[in-house]
Amino acid sequence: MSVAETKTLEQLAKAEARDYLWTLNFGPQHPATHTTLRIVLMLEGERVVDAIPDIGYLHSGFEKIGEHLNYNQYVTVTDRMNYISPLANNIAWHGAVEKLLGLEITPRCKYVRTILAELARISDHLLSNGAVGLDVGAFTFFLYGFYQREVLYDIFETLCGARFTNSYTRVGGAMHDMTPLVIEKIRAFVRTFPKTLDDMERLLNRNRIFVDRTKGVGVLSKEEAIARSATGPIARASGVTRDLRKDAPYLAYPDLDFKICCAPAGDCFARYLVRMAEIRESLRIVAQAIENLPSGPINVEIEERTALPDKKQVYTTIEGTISHFELVMWNRGFTVPHDETYAAIEAPNGELGFYVVGDGTDVAYRARCRPPSYIHFALFPHLIRGHTLSDVVAVLGSLNIIAAELDR
Amino acid sequence: MIEQQTVAATSAQFPAIAWSEFRGDTRGVVPRDALFAVLQYLRDQRGFDLLVDITCVDYLNYRDADDRFGLVYILTNTRTNETITLRAFVNDPDPSVPSVVPLWPGANWLEREVWDMFGIGFEGHPDLRRILMPEEFTAHPLRKDYPLQGRGERHNFPVLQRAEG
Repeated sequence: MSVAETKTLEQLAKAEARDYLWTLNFGPQHPATHTTLRIVLMLEGERVVDAIPDIGYLHSGFEKIGEHLNYNQYVTVTDRMNYISPLANNIAWHGAVEKLLGLEITPRCKYVRTILAELARISDHLLSNGAVGLDVGAFTFFLYGFYQREVLYDIFETLCGARFTNSYTRVGGAMHDMTPLVIEKIRAFVRTFPKTLDDMERLLNRNRIFVDRTKGVGVLSKEEAIARSATGPIARASGVTRDLRKDAPYLAYPDLDFKICCAPAGDCFARYLVRMAEIRESLRIVAQAIENLPSGPINVEIEERTALPDKKQVYTTIEGTISHFELVMWNRGFTVPHDETYAAIEAPNGELGFYVVGDGTDVAYRARCRPPSYIHFALFPHLIRGHTLSDVVAVLGSLNIIAAELDR
Repeated sequence: MIEQQTVAATSAQFPAIAWSEFRGDTRGVVPRDALFAVLQYLRDQRGFDLLVDITCVDYLNYRDADDRFGLVYILTNTRTNETITLRAFVNDPDPSVPSVVPLWPGANWLEREVWDMFGIGFEGHPDLRRILMPEEFTAHPLRKDYPLQGRGERHNFPVLQRAEG
């Protein structure tokens, strides 16, 4: 750890020895931060001597709110964490809650969640790679990516009515099943998207300007990546072969055939390549899962008393009526063990985990989110030192910092 | 998921750890004074090289809880994919634990967040400042005795005035 990192903002501002350095406030409102975060850059000419991230502008107390909303209500808050792939957050949150409850979801639900998690990954990677492209001057690439995100938004809208904040999962299932129209749209996407992906790769993979702007910039070594808790595509671009989908399999991943995408270089270009390769693998997963979608109910059985029974059961069976009554009355709900657990999924951005503490009621006692953006943004000063001011946007974009998840 | 050998070797070294199992997670409660030594042992001898998370739980109103704060360390061995959860309890008036930044540089911001939200001190932390809340803030908002809607701090924050003329 360098000396500079240990100094506070005031100390650095006062340090007379460094008064030849120029201080630049990057953000909180800047087109290339994409969200609200601030970096105080110490510049010597074009060179970044030090960068001090200053975060908290979007802190909205999500973890505190989690202690006051019940397990189903809180899913709406998880949407607003990493809002470019909200479905992955929904799945991570309810995965953790179901682990706490010891609830085994139905095979169909596992497949549906797997498909949606992978579609969320595609949409996240399209945006984060698109943003890198946008920031270093490849606007066309960004538009290609955003057009396909629009197709995905359309799928999500058909699925659950919401384009952006999906809130699709529920404890023990989902808000409702996938309709045949959604399946048809996902099939069409799997069919048509590879062509655009080829075009996108042709646009940037050998693009001289893009490669020069990203290759060798912001290098993170394998040892550093592990020591600094990096996960997801950022760690994999540094040669860490860790992917929770293989290493701690959850949902339907053990049944599906896919590869882990890694690169040894650890620079911004490697992170771009890993994300592009992961999009292809995600498409393969979606294609396999959608063709092998098991039949059966999406929610767990009535006896579990966690998922709302469907209306037919409510009106025709006594168990359905009781279960519905128990779940919708404000002072009833379901009970959870007096215990705590941690469950994580491989979200598009890295390991997204929730540490949930149950206290018997249907409101979490503690709902800790392990946000990948937060941990990756801590890497930023380390990655940018010694590079030029124009590299700031490339590094920032390749880390895919989502300020809403950063600050929660 | 964890190998029995890891648990056995760790408890041979540190008999004071109380182990438990829940939904396939292996968890150990470590005495506060042994915390740093246990974490160092796990990192250096047992290959737990990835610090997944550091967080804290305030057990103020929790049933059967003897201690106020429970610190949670989640570690992973990236070669064997073992994951272990370690907990250590600290109490008022001066809750603090040794910082693990010397072991994992990635712990820096995680510990700052725990300090900011719970007011747990980390001895030896290089830069223990608030990270999410503003510098002027005095409370630790994720403590259970802090109300959801705050204590009106919001209205007393200094406002940056636009320069005249």
